[in-house]
Amino acid sequence: MTISRRTLLSAAAASSAFPLVRARAQGTPTIKIGVLNDQSGPYTNTGGVTSVICTKQAVEEFGSKGFNVEVISADHQNKPDLAVSIVRQWFDRDGVDMLLDVPTSSVALAVQGVVKEKNKVYLNSGAASAALTGEQCSPNFIHWTYDTYMLAKSTGGAMVKAGGKNWYFLTADYAFGKQLQSDTSALVNAAGGKVMGSSAYPFPGTTDFSSFLVQAQASGAQVLGLCNAGGDTVNSIKQANEFGLNQSMKIAAMLMFITDVHALGLDVAKGLNLTESFYWDLNDRTRAWTNRVKPKTPNNWPNMIHAGCYSATLHYLKTVADMGAAEAKKDGVATVNRMKAMPVEDDCFGKTKIREDGRNLVPAYLFEVKKPSESKGPWDYYKQVAMTPGDEAFRPLADGHCYFIKS
Amino acid sequence: MFMIFGIPGPLLFGQLLLGLINGAFYAMLSLGLAVIFGMLNIINFAHGALFMMGAFVSWMLLNYAGIGYFPSLILAPLIVGIFGLLLEKTIISRLYKLDHLYGLLLTFGLALVIEGLFRNAYGSSGMPYRIPAVLQGATNLGFMFMPNYRGWVVLAALVVCLSTWAIIEKTSLGATLRAATENAPMVQAFGVDVPRLITLTYAGGVALAAFAGVLAAPIYSVNPNMGTNFINTVFAVVVIGGMGSIMGSIVTGFALGVIEGLTKVFYPQASATVVFLVMVIVLLTRPRGLFGKAA
Repeated sequence: MTISRRTLLSAAAASSAFPLVRARAQGTPTIKIGVLNDQSGPYTNTGGVTSVICTKQAVEEFGSKGFNVEVISADHQNKPDLAVSIVRQWFDRDGVDMLLDVPTSSVALAVQGVVKEKNKVYLNSGAASAALTGEQCSPNFIHWTYDTYMLAKSTGGAMVKAGGKNWYFLTADYAFGKQLQSDTSALVNAAGGKVMGSSAYPFPGTTDFSSFLVQAQASGAQVLGLCNAGGDTVNSIKQANEFGLNQSMKIAAMLMFITDVHALGLDVAKGLNLTESFYWDLNDRTRAWTNRVKPKTPNNWPNMIHAGCYSATLHYLKTVADMGAAEAKKDGVATVNRMKAMPVEDDCFGKTKIREDGRNLVPAYLFEVKKPSESKGPWDYYKQVAMTPGDEAFRPLADGHCYFIKS
Repeated sequence: MFMIFGIPGPLLFGQLLLGLINGAFYAMLSLGLAVIFGMLNIINFAHGALFMMGAFVSWMLLNYAGIGYFPSLILAPLIVGIFGLLLEKTIISRLYKLDHLYGLLLTFGLALVIEGLFRNAYGSSGMPYRIPAVLQGATNLGFMFMPNYRGWVVLAALVVCLSTWAIIEKTSLGATLRAATENAPMVQAFGVDVPRLITLTYAGGVALAAFAGVLAAPIYSVNPNMGTNFINTVFAVVVIGGMGSIMGSIVTGFALGVIEGLTKVFYPQASATVVFLVMVIVLLTRPRGLFGKAA
């Protein structure tokens, strides 16, 4: 074999990289958590800096158990290609052990392969697509907070039960919107309802939804299903009100966070049904936790994604302490398996269980947004309508077709 | 019910009207850009950010000072216009002798800074801004449900666009302005303060963007990204209409709004792209734009 200049160069690069890694491994081990999310675009408030704050809150509360914990973060700008290169850099150069949050389903799916290739840990709180624990599942992955199936079942199910049989969908034209629409359509059809039509609009960059709203109005459907999130949901509800759709149709915001309700204002959002797995005012433990975090993010109270980042980090750190930091750093799959075996409990979600396919079975709460007259204080926005326990809220294990689940 | 291209007639008329409403925003924004480019030869990439500032200033006036929508329509453009004036005097005026590219880079940077500051202070979800009480509600036009506020937007935009055109094309002030762009030293020799004229023009263009921002506030959520979403389309409008052509940008703005609206009926996925498709076709056939003057 002849040695080319390129192989020589890469060999030199590789040998110079090794001592670095070894030098870092000496002394007290450091567990590095990388929070990757949207910090400047439409999903900034639903994830963004508040996710980082909640992650750090978990690290702070966990304290010191023989290893150091470091949290870094980056803005993926909702671009899958950018996210993949950040994640590669984090794993290869910065020694990140656990990847956290990663909203925007297209991005979440894109980095799945990289984490598996590098055998690290990937805990997703921000993305919705149920494909993450289905056809695109991975043994390095846990889906923490919610998914499209759960939203469809909780919010969609409630709407159909209330008599909303005929649906029109307004859908963000990418992985998340399409998945949410197909999950909700399946549920509507199964319940004897009908999908009258849909409009898929370009994401991101669409701000005016009036054309689609007028089409929805003309379709004769009873329910307008919004398969979008963040700023898009806010704009579409605002404009639906303007065009009087709230009088002729019921609006189902399939994915909506308390941060969106805050942006809309109660006089526009009142009466909407939505599903979250966490609300600050659920019980004494959620209130206590929110009081601890609130001073650090006074203008953006935590929603379920933020709570999920806290809960996932806490459970991860407990697991690392249990199995030893050196072991945890070495093998992502082993760490995730240990996380699945250990009982999960924290202030935000109470006791939950992580299923074999990586689905964290949190309860799903169906809320109704309060009228302005019912709201008694800042961020007092929700009335609880129903609760689906975790083992019923999500897609049955066998229906996901995850490749490593033996049926 | 009669059909046009397989679409019920009333629905199509509705979409045409909605297209005009969006077109109103495109027209106002591209008009400001055209004025600034025509007079200053600066491609003002900060236009979207200044549009956003207009919306935010009206939100601030309401929430911090209790000043309502209608006074805001005058006050916010004035405040943002003064901001533009300072921007021009202190930073932008240094670039007139350089290539276009420098102006583009500078204003693009300014846009990022302004948006970043607002995002830092107010987050990205946006702030609610209510439609003023007089303009709430909707009118049934027979073929569609027309929100009164949107009707008002089209009306206000038309008035503002046409008066800007009239000022530039039909008054002696406009004549001086146009003369200054053609031959600045000559106009200066007649005793006209050209640098001041240019500063005021920039402030005027900026005020137009801010005015559009105030009009947009009750329709879209007032958020730091609202300008970014518009600005790409608006630049396409300016290019299609012909860089610097006043009437061109008004007509093209409304026309592209309509084309975009129709795309949303036939193939919604392409609605963000269709404007650029038109731009490509126009550039291939008429490189100076539809209303551009020959070199």
